[in-house]
Amino acid sequence: MTPGYDLKRVDFIFQDESDWKEILQKSLGRPSAELINELISSELKGRGGAGFPTGFKWKLAADELNPIKYIICNADEGEPGTFKDREILTKVPMKVLTAMAICGYVVGSHEAYIYLRGEYFFLQPALNKAIQEFQATCQELNFDFRINLFMGAGAYICGEETALFESMEGKRGEPRNKPPYPTSFGYLGKPTVINNVETLAHTYTIFKYGAKRFYDLGVQYSRGSKLFSVSGDTPKPGIYELELGMSLLDFVHDFGDGDTKAVQVGGASGFLVPQKRFAETTIGFQGKLTGISLPTGGSMMLFNSSRSMYNVLDNYLEFFREESCGQCTPCRVGCQQLLNGIKAVKRGEKNALYLDKLLRLTETMQYTAKCGLGQSVANSFSSIVENFREEMIY
Amino acid sequence: MVAVLELIDNLAGQYGRDRSSLLPILQGVVKQENYLSEYAMIEIARALNLPAAEVYGTATFYSFLEYKKMGKYLIRICKTITCSMKGKNQVLMAIEDMLKIKVGETTPDGMFSLLQTNCLGFCHMAPAMLINFDVYTDLTPEKVREILSGYLNKKGGADDTRI
Repeated sequence: MTPGYDLKRVDFIFQDESDWKEILQKSLGRPSAELINELISSELKGRGGAGFPTGFKWKLAADELNPIKYIICNADEGEPGTFKDREILTKVPMKVLTAMAICGYVVGSHEAYIYLRGEYFFLQPALNKAIQEFQATCQELNFDFRINLFMGAGAYICGEETALFESMEGKRGEPRNKPPYPTSFGYLGKPTVINNVETLAHTYTIFKYGAKRFYDLGVQYSRGSKLFSVSGDTPKPGIYELELGMSLLDFVHDFGDGDTKAVQVGGASGFLVPQKRFAETTIGFQGKLTGISLPTGGSMMLFNSSRSMYNVLDNYLEFFREESCGQCTPCRVGCQQLLNGIKAVKRGEKNALYLDKLLRLTETMQYTAKCGLGQSVANSFSSIVENFREEMIY
Repeated sequence: MVAVLELIDNLAGQYGRDRSSLLPILQGVVKQENYLSEYAMIEIARALNLPAAEVYGTATFYSFLEYKKMGKYLIRICKTITCSMKGKNQVLMAIEDMLKIKVGETTPDGMFSLLQTNCLGFCHMAPAMLINFDVYTDLTPEKVREILSGYLNKKGGADDTRI
């Protein structure tokens, strides 16, 4: 195995943040159209997993006429295998707060929220202290901007942006139909910019160094760097900032334990890539011309040959069955039936062809489920069942 | 510790009586009471002028808002993939063996409850668990016995680690 090139380690996100006041002041002195153009030309895409162009999102919200708008930082990091956002909020919270304030300035909002997942309750005191310090600076600069901390309460689905709004409004975290999109109808029905923690941290880098430094990293359609949460069968689990567009083969060469059988890219809602596909798979957003390009919220879970892919799929499906909000039938019943189905095949109560029926069910879910949760169950299900069919049966 | 009714009133005063205050109020009650009783949910509904069913529907949606009586120390062990791969079951067995309870149960003295939970976000330090809001990682059966001994020794005292 000869890797094409060494993985490029990048160090932007966790770089010293002591210059945040300077960056804030400098950015508030620039015309907002110029800031939006800077973001658009950096080609930064959302780092939560969906990959929506950030500059465009800010522009859409800025163009809304409603006098009340909200900025929300999505820190409901719940995807299995992802733990980067907590690290950002622990180590460089000021970058995130600064980016939120700049966003507020650009779109014309005075009220912002951080939606922090309930599991990270222990971060609350430190984060509140950071917010207080930040507010004081906003006052000094005569910039009218309030940031509030909103605690989640243990629901994976609330990471979905419209479910998050519902949750903040005091309701069950059930996703809404889209459109309307958050930039026109978000929290309390007002135009809302909702960005992932890491996305905001990247905008700080872009406003500090300019779009070009960011754009020069990565490949076409997948610009910049990204934090990766590496776990599973690896000698060095942890958080790493790497350039986008890397080949999975190079990644495994660096992080694998020499016996890597498959890698789950993008958490339980992502894809499982078997060893034979490592060379042709790159990590980035869709649109690359050659090979398969997989988007990711940054979760990379490695499995070696001692792991049963049946157990892996069983674990994912149990997760989805519990975390499905239950609102739409394809997802609620689909997740239950998929889990029952693979158990029945494993026990020999159904024959192997039943797996094909289940694959068709995931296809139905992909088309008919209301939100990303139900739609993406097909990703891990089909990539595991198609590549490790024998492990599902015997 | 104040009476539940007074607590709800204080929380409603602090966060406001809009629907969007519902989650913070529910969380505030769970923080003191460890769970949401039917009585508390009805009183919250009254304070916010909402149907009680709406409060119940919302509260039961969230896995961190318990609606059954829980022990003083709530143990939540992560059962998602990496923790499972790295020995969660052995750790779970050690806890069950030491506290003589199964998942979903509470010790007779009302000190410990044991639950499994979905990804806690400590996959690089698996297996992980929460006791109330304190995180413990890289668990082994030996380590978890030590941690629980610490809790057992201080349970006689008046301190409360619930933040």
